[in-house]
Amino acid sequence: MGSNGMKKKRTGSSSSDHHFIAFERVIKNGFVSFGRNIWLAIAAIAMMAITLTILLFAVVANSTFRHTISEITSHIDVSVYLKDSVTEKQRGDLIAQLKKTDNVKSVDYISKERALKSYREQNINNSDLLEAISETANPLPASLNIKPNDPNNLGAIKDFLDKPAIAALQSDPTSYSGDRKAAIDKITSATHFFEQAGVVGIAVFILISMLIIFNTIRMAIFNRRDELVIMRLLGASKWFIRGPFVVETMLYGIVAAGISLTVCASLFAVASSTLQASSLGLLDIGYSSHYFKEHLVLILLVQVGIGIIIGAASSIVATRRYLKLNR
Amino acid sequence: MDRVTKTYNRRGSALERVSLHVEPKEFVIIVGPSGAGKSTLFKLLTREEKPTSGKIIVGGIDYDKLKDKDVPLLRRKIGVVFQDFKLLLNKTAYENVAFALEIAGIPNREIKHTVPKVLDLVGLKGKERNYPLELSGGERQRVAIARAVVRQPKILIADEPTGNLDPKYAWDVIKVLEKINRYGTTVLLTTHNQDIVNSLKRRVVTIKDGQIAGDRAVGQYKDA
Repeated sequence: MGSNGMKKKRTGSSSSDHHFIAFERVIKNGFVSFGRNIWLAIAAIAMMAITLTILLFAVVANSTFRHTISEITSHIDVSVYLKDSVTEKQRGDLIAQLKKTDNVKSVDYISKERALKSYREQNINNSDLLEAISETANPLPASLNIKPNDPNNLGAIKDFLDKPAIAALQSDPTSYSGDRKAAIDKITSATHFFEQAGVVGIAVFILISMLIIFNTIRMAIFNRRDELVIMRLLGASKWFIRGPFVVETMLYGIVAAGISLTVCASLFAVASSTLQASSLGLLDIGYSSHYFKEHLVLILLVQVGIGIIIGAASSIVATRRYLKLNR
Repeated sequence: MDRVTKTYNRRGSALERVSLHVEPKEFVIIVGPSGAGKSTLFKLLTREEKPTSGKIIVGGIDYDKLKDKDVPLLRRKIGVVFQDFKLLLNKTAYENVAFALEIAGIPNREIKHTVPKVLDLVGLKGKERNYPLELSGGERQRVAIARAVVRQPKILIADEPTGNLDPKYAWDVIKVLEKINRYGTTVLLTTHNQDIVNSLKRRVVTIKDGQIAGDRAVGQYKDA
């Protein structure tokens, strides 16, 4: 104002300079107010970190369930026991035909000798049984072990095996690992239930925590509303005022993601070392921890992303009403 | 360059068909009872409010053609001083003034160069590091003036800048405004203070019930 020298200087900077300077100041002001409003920061970050952690656990638990189920279902098979009289050619034809049947993944031939051998191995500690089996000629039938692609849909295989011509070759009724399948069905439906309940639960929790984060930020901005109005009256552009708030809340998101990830990583590390041997039923901690490590980068990115989005969205909405041009 | 022509027509109460023309570099005092429409007038100028009808042109900018996104740019060209100062309490005197420049995207080294000069101009040398709450009313208002003029506006609007001040401080503020006017800035001042109006010997516009009741080149305060 006072001197001509200043007047000359004012005209110096170009418009792209302005944008850069504004950007730099917005970032700087965001960091400064992050530091000055540390208690708000702690509250909002804690809330976000809890949400992100629960989300992470849900994702890992879900994939662990899936893994467990696929492990179990891969052990489902169909055993076809062959009469001793079946010739090599008949057997070859049967295998060829089976391989052409729908839903058949593989067919494995187990000869009488192999059956005996594995029977002996399975009962190595039971000398009575071993003795009994040694006294006669090998009583165990040769068998075909069929692995299906989809264990829940054995219809085609069953139909084929029940044909009279095929049934005539079999010494015993076909074994469909009946007991196992019932158990697997139960597990599968339980998992479906958990999955659905989990999705609903997570959605509700995210909603609640977003509301809390939202409100925390809104209150903070409410406390500083005079500041916003003054800035507006001085001719600050919307984004110059809002930017620092958005930067600040985005920082909350980033820090919260970092905390959440650290907590989860240490939990998995502790859990997998102490629970390594023990089985928690469906929850294979070893796999969970492996999955976590495998997808660490992705998980980090998603968490940071969600944190940033929640933070930015709440501050944009919360500042909106104070940024109106005409009050 | 700096011409103010407005004709507006606010429904009933606030302002009715007020036309006012102010020359560049003029010092105009606006007086009138509370609720007469002085503040409305200023809010229209800073585009806090939009006129119901009528035209406002400040410094060649037609408010009808002004887009919302350009309002911040307009406000940067108008310096405003408020009765309640409206300083940022968590910033020092220096930072408050500097903030006005930061908004406008002025480079840092220029801010460092300009702000002390302006604080010196309003007589606040040595108080740069004080927060508003550590300053007296008059000092706060001078910080506010420094903030308003640091961007070298063509027009300075002072809405009862002395309203909350002791007479002694009030005069400091008025002297600063006169000084700024001498450097070439148009000043619009509202006040209730009779002494100030009478001794300034400037153009006085009287507003009453939303209408202009008097306009004298060298006015005296009248209980109109």
